[in-house]
Amino acid sequence: MIKVLAVCGLGQGTSLILKMNIEQALADRGIGADVEHTDVSSASNMDADYIITGTELAESLTDHQAKVLIVNNYFDMDEINKVIDENLVN
Amino acid sequence: MRFLEESIVKVGVEVSNAYEAIEAAGNLLVEGELIEESYVKAMKDAYKENGPYFVLAPHIAIPHARPEDGGKEASVSLVQLKNPVEFGHSANDPVQLVFGLGASSSEEHLTLLRKLTMLLNDSGNVEKLTAAETYEEIKKIVEMER
Repeated sequence: MIKVLAVCGLGQGTSLILKMNIEQALADRGIGADVEHTDVSSASNMDADYIITGTELAESLTDHQAKVLIVNNYFDMDEINKVIDENLVN
Repeated sequence: MRFLEESIVKVGVEVSNAYEAIEAAGNLLVEGELIEESYVKAMKDAYKENGPYFVLAPHIAIPHARPEDGGKEASVSLVQLKNPVEFGHSANDPVQLVFGLGASSSEEHLTLLRKLTMLLNDSGNVEKLTAAETYEEIKKIVEMER
């Protein structure tokens, strides 16, 4: 199962919003994945295939073994769908 | 659970920087006794420490802190700024809509975030919220999402 982390600064609010929209996009494509939300410091110690976050936090996650994907507008399903299509759909 | 009710929404607020904008959204929640004052400080500290990552979409900021920073009840306030201000975000500046998120560890927190996501996933709603001049106009948009 693919593991995706939605990451924000505190892991409380914004990453949950992102997680909901990522889950929606994955469900629309029939991709089974485990999506978790977390804060940026915990993310460094978590295993994942993909990390999805905003530009601002992506810089501090470049050392992570997961592929880091950037979403600028968390409320734009078109942008989220595009990121998923370009990276998670084979 | 309180979501964009009249007492926690303010239209045409004048602020001169990001900290004042966060404070304005936070203070509405303090006045409604939905968060402690310590929570507003934590919101500003989170901005200072982690930067403007909570500017989630063009012109939209959702400042928040952790439930343990003084959150009392799951809540969302809105401050619509008269003049947009820079938060220092590389893609989504300047900010005009500031949604103060009062975090709670209850299930209601998730329900609120889902409501907010549904509201803001529709770019037409974002335009209307930005253009609204009265609470009545905002109320109509929020009620349509119920």
